[in-house]
Amino acid sequence: MLGEGIIKGLAETARNFVGSYVEADRLTTVQYPEERLPTKEAARNFPFLVFDGNDAHAGMRCVACQICEKECPPQCIYIEKSKDKKPDYVGKPQFYPKIFDIDVSVCMSCQICVEVCPFEAIKMDTEFELSNTDRFAGLLFDKHQLAKSNEYYRKIHPAEAAAVDGRLAAEKAKAEAKTKADVEAKAKAAAAAAKTAAPPPPKPAPIPTT
Amino acid sequence: MSEGVIDHDLAAGVSPVSPVPQPDGSGQPTYTLTHKTSPAGGTEGDLLEVAMGPQHPSTHGVFRMDVALDGERVVKLKPVFGYLHRNHEKIAEGTTYLGSMPYTDRLDYFCSLTNNWAYALAVEKLAGLQPPERAEYIRVITAELTRLQNHTCLIGFLLQDMGASGTPLMYAFREREKILDLFESLTGSRMMCNYMRFGGCRCDLPPGWLEQAKQVVGNYPRFLDEFDRFLSENEILLARTQGVGVLSRGLAVDAGITGPMQRASGVNYDIRKVDKYGIYDRFQFRVPLGEHGDTYDRYMIRLLEMRESLNILQTALRDIPTGPIMDAKAKIRGFRPKPGEAYGRIEAPKGELGFYLISDGGPNPYRYRVRPPSLINLTVLEDMCLGHIVADVVVILGSVDIVLGEADR
Repeated sequence: MLGEGIIKGLAETARNFVGSYVEADRLTTVQYPEERLPTKEAARNFPFLVFDGNDAHAGMRCVACQICEKECPPQCIYIEKSKDKKPDYVGKPQFYPKIFDIDVSVCMSCQICVEVCPFEAIKMDTEFELSNTDRFAGLLFDKHQLAKSNEYYRKIHPAEAAAVDGRLAAEKAKAEAKTKADVEAKAKAAAAAAKTAAPPPPKPAPIPTT
Repeated sequence: MSEGVIDHDLAAGVSPVSPVPQPDGSGQPTYTLTHKTSPAGGTEGDLLEVAMGPQHPSTHGVFRMDVALDGERVVKLKPVFGYLHRNHEKIAEGTTYLGSMPYTDRLDYFCSLTNNWAYALAVEKLAGLQPPERAEYIRVITAELTRLQNHTCLIGFLLQDMGASGTPLMYAFREREKILDLFESLTGSRMMCNYMRFGGCRCDLPPGWLEQAKQVVGNYPRFLDEFDRFLSENEILLARTQGVGVLSRGLAVDAGITGPMQRASGVNYDIRKVDKYGIYDRFQFRVPLGEHGDTYDRYMIRLLEMRESLNILQTALRDIPTGPIMDAKAKIRGFRPKPGEAYGRIEAPKGELGFYLISDGGPNPYRYRVRPPSLINLTVLEDMCLGHIVADVVVILGSVDIVLGEADR
């Protein structure tokens, strides 16, 4: 019969219409912005810079090595290295970025900067409501806008942040043990040198940094 | 140019239909009426040249067809590409191998994971990397999920092109969303996944992902059955698609058409079967073939292929082993493959997607070439459309399954 197929099809439409009131599987939309779906653990949008503690400058993990700047496919990162150094999380003096800009209108959220960063300093944010009336300066994020605390990172990517924290803690412990061993070895060597003889005059033992 | 067809030489590349608009307002696209001088053999009357596109809802992007019409019949059709050209290949020659990976997402933005795989496959051939077992399974799973959502959307768009405004497309998008949710929890992004790496995958499956995927795959046949009942016997769909846009078997082979379009014309050629790349030799699946090569066959092939994909997915989700996801030799920074060349190809949802690379030992490829299925499948558009009415051109183009991001690159 002509039209049978259409009637059959309309039966499916009716089933979907009625079903959308009872089955969650058939009505998958939510009323944004009043209702929001939880963000996923792996979700990524634009990069931010992680700092430890409360001071964004003192705790900044970035050492301005500029690897992310080189690897970034659309070249949206601009970094200027500082002249002076500040201690990093293990206490070793390191450079820090004097300027760290990301143009999020150019960024394509590919996460390659995160993958290549050896210092766990740059991570992906999940913030997506970034609309702005100024499309040039408003979307060029500087160091202060990009810096976000480790607590924030733990909140948006809990499992990933826990793994990173574990890795950094292990590194710190290793570095501390190494410094301690170094100090002890140097003290021993100095004591031995002082014991053996006077000439030639012994080099002054280097002052341990920590 | 033969008399009586059309005065302008469309093939010369200078289209009289829409010249470059000038600031003074001249040069705007106009409809040109051309008087036919020789009525012998043809129909009487004038030919009308119409530029369909680049801003046309049926062209799936910025794509233009210069159509010459005799009444409502198409006498000549010339596809015009390049509106979405982004210099993909040259950019890739200037960035590192890893740096082009996110750009491949943007080729066929419906199927970023299969694009990733094709590129990763080419680089792995070049550098001699071998992804571990688990990574291969993850690749198969994500690629087949990609195929599912691509074909689902394609059918929705095809029906949209036919004038079924909304309903089939919305049902398709509803199901696609469930797959995109899986992609987001795995890769972090719904469409621009950027997930595969040379020698494996970027990250392991998050906890609970497999169960969620099993659930989606388990529920999918119900949707396919519904879709089938909803559309496959619909008289309007039959009238609009059967016998429309026939692509003969010989032409499909000669023109290098690949993918569902070629199989709809009856050519048994599926790279998953021919090349057995990855671990496709471990899965049992059939290759559906068409008989007539018309639009209905191309529609049906996609429905049947989705069912085969579901079989592959069920096996893969059951058998996936534990283990590492990256080749131990692979490295992220300082990747410099030895000089040489490689061609990696896979059966992407739209056809054969290939990446050809030449390395000179540097950090970036010396030559990078994409073989896009969308572009090559479009080359037979005129042959399929001749003699049909304008409304059918829209349907035929919809059944070719193009994404202009890939055709223009």
